[in-house]
Amino acid sequence: MDVSIIGVGQTEVKEMWETSIRHLSWYAIEAALDDAHVSKVDALFVGNMLAGELSQQNHLGALVADFAGMRGIEAVTVEAADASGGAALRQAVLAVKSGMVKTALAVGVEKMTDQTGASVTRALATGLDTDYEMMQGLTTAGMGALIMRRYMYEHGVELADFAGFSVNAHANGADNPLAMFRNRLRAESFISAPLVADPVSLFDMAPLADGAAAVIVTSKERAMDMVPQPVEIVGSAIATDAFALHDRRDLLWLKAAELSAQKAMAQAGVVHDDIDLFELHDSFTIMAALSLEATGFAERGKGWQMARDGEIARNGRLPISTFGGLKARGNPGGATGMYQIVEVVRQLRGQAGACQIADAKIGMAQNIGGSGGTAVTHILQIRD
Amino acid sequence: MEVSRHWRLQKQRYELVGETCDSCGVKLFPPRDVCLECEAPAQELYTFTGLGEVFSYTTIYDAPAGFEHNAPYQVALIKLEEGPIVTAQLTDMALDEAYIGMPVEMVTRKLRTDGEEGMIVYGYKFRPICFEPVVN
Ligand SMILES: [Zn+2]
Repeated sequence: MDVSIIGVGQTEVKEMWETSIRHLSWYAIEAALDDAHVSKVDALFVGNMLAGELSQQNHLGALVADFAGMRGIEAVTVEAADASGGAALRQAVLAVKSGMVKTALAVGVEKMTDQTGASVTRALATGLDTDYEMMQGLTTAGMGALIMRRYMYEHGVELADFAGFSVNAHANGADNPLAMFRNRLRAESFISAPLVADPVSLFDMAPLADGAAAVIVTSKERAMDMVPQPVEIVGSAIATDAFALHDRRDLLWLKAAELSAQKAMAQAGVVHDDIDLFELHDSFTIMAALSLEATGFAERGKGWQMARDGEIARNGRLPISTFGGLKARGNPGGATGMYQIVEVVRQLRGQAGACQIADAKIGMAQNIGGSGGTAVTHILQIRD
Repeated sequence: MEVSRHWRLQKQRYELVGETCDSCGVKLFPPRDVCLECEAPAQELYTFTGLGEVFSYTTIYDAPAGFEHNAPYQVALIKLEEGPIVTAQLTDMALDEAYIGMPVEMVTRKLRTDGEEGMIVYGYKFRPICFEPVVN
């Protein structure tokens, strides 16, 4: 049984002190239900990373189902660090594909701003190895920095060579009314930005924020009768790799990203040239470069050249971060993967406004957890 | 973090005790019980020499809770002479001294002060090796 998306919804990405996890979830769900013209679903999968740590709130499946007026349905939380959103959609796809669930709702939600500064930095680091990385004071930015420094060393790349990723993300985010950052960024400011974990700077890493996004899926056959523009999920795969950075066979290769992309592309029966846009996990510019390499859009050590040469721009060979990506739209942890899906759907339906990629028919989204231990890849297609 | 957790990890933290795989001979740190090369059981303990070199490094300015008072500090990937890579802080050196390939050795230092009870957690860090002139 094939699976299609019939509705999507999302909130703004920013600091929302006045809004709780349950409200954030509901805003995205309400928008998705409206979009799909349905009032109920049969199962709910909540993608979340940090509620237990930052809000002392677990058991989000039942909490969100109850708050959304869906008491009684099947509901669970799905956690895979910052790949929780993509992983939640994957569970929704499996549920529908199994035939046991008719219509499934996946919502990604994260509430970063219940705590601030050092507590959030520590909470995020729980996606790394607590005993052997976090106890040495490593942070997610430090993780990105360790990879980036080695990449620069092995491939003879300068810090300025990564600027193109952030410049592109901000240029696209400037046209997205829901984005956290809507300012343009100059390459000159990139290299002089304050350091977070040398060589990773403030303008290199994605800002943390609150947000929620939701996606409703059902069988392809039902979808065609329900909405005018169903978007088919033609590829869906999760893969894993070494959990800690130090245990990777190759520090500069995202094996899980490679495996999940290969699987999803084989399911979809597509080659690289067929893909019109790619929402990748640009939590750091180095992750964008490595994601392009692992998925086969660039050769090893050359992902950064796609940014330098403008190939990732909206009119380039492979547009990425078309609504600003994690870098400018903002990074609401476990919700990030669901934003990527919502954005690809809007592109394929031709509803992307000023961010629109012309004639987009096939889009890919890749959501990465931790330092690369989990990667989720989805490929979406709209039929004429 | 809990006292029992720190107690459980003391052999790794103080002595860099890992494992050897009986089947293929590869050395493992941290210990993982299943060999990552050949997937055979690996439960024979092995104490690493603590010698290695810097594989990559970073200076952390934005520190997590528990480490705020140490910032800025350096975290590195150390390639041990037996093969594995370990994540550890650099110590006994200035922030601008580190370079990829720098020879280092393990020492025991304070990692952080934990929680309101102020329990001090000790563990491995790595410092530059000072080469003494050899006298015959
Ligand atoms: Zn072995």
